[in-house]
Amino acid sequence: MIWAGVVVASLACYGLKLAGLSLPQRWLQHERVQRTIPLIPVALLAALIGTQTFATGKHLVLDVRAAALAVAVVAVVLRAPFLVVVAVAAATAALLRLL
Amino acid sequence: MAAPATPTPPTRGIVRDALGIAIASGAYAVSFGAISTAAGLSLIQTCALSVLMFTGGSQLALVGVVGAGGSIWAGVLAAALLGSRNTLYGLRLSSILKARGPKRALASHFVIDETTAMAIAREDPELSRRAFWVTGLALFVFWNAGTLIGALATEAIPDPKVFGLDAAPPAAFLALLAPRLRAREPLAIALASAVVAIAVLPLVPAGVPLLIVALLISMFGALRKP
Repeated sequence: MIWAGVVVASLACYGLKLAGLSLPQRWLQHERVQRTIPLIPVALLAALIGTQTFATGKHLVLDVRAAALAVAVVAVVLRAPFLVVVAVAAATAALLRLL
Repeated sequence: MAAPATPTPPTRGIVRDALGIAIASGAYAVSFGAISTAAGLSLIQTCALSVLMFTGGSQLALVGVVGAGGSIWAGVLAAALLGSRNTLYGLRLSSILKARGPKRALASHFVIDETTAMAIAREDPELSRRAFWVTGLALFVFWNAGTLIGALATEAIPDPKVFGLDAAPPAAFLALLAPRLRAREPLAIALASAVVAIAVLPLVPAGVPLLIVALLISMFGALRKP
């Protein structure tokens, strides 16, 4: 089942890239398309952060992941590199679970 | 007065920039590989994602959803929705690349954030094309090597929670999101999207919260005044 998802999602992502190189240029002239598409990753990444921090499956939970996210926010504000942001978040969760 | 320094030949500058970007995303790929195997994907599935999908945000979305207990199809949906931005990049790149046939088929695979940024940063179309291909190839190599390293490192760990790896995906998404939040509007959109997604999550099937957020943001983009 996971394999099917890996293949379908990869095909979908490839199709979206190919569409960009193949669609007529006038699509780019649509001002609304231009304004809207950059907003989509912002909204989706934020939604993913929210749901993966405060939920397990379909249940809302408040656990060490919230503290890990808070530490990650501080790291991002301090402009830490990508790996550092991820590492301090994981370390925070791991340490809090040890307590 | 000292003689002006010889400018770096443009091609060498491109290679240097491309390698810098490729190494940085190689580090990102290490965390992707670790998160993916921690989420329950096998080593080969993890590496297949990096070879076949080759767009980091979507890959991370897929394994993040699976790791958080969602279904694989909810993950597929998240990956495809996040991948939609590559369509816009492709539209922008097609007049620069002018690729046809098999070349376009290959170029499509490389249409991602980094290659687009490198290509459109150059004014000369020839240099733009070169920047696109060099960055794409360098990234592909480092991205897949990093994935393998991360996946190998985590595969041996019996319980990923001990290392806090379940807290890694939100931090990774945050690091991807942060550069897009330099203005007030995207920040407000991000906060509202997170609140909406959390609020509807207990009420709807897995994956649907992301779909709702994607629909709402599309309506917002279509309806708001310029």
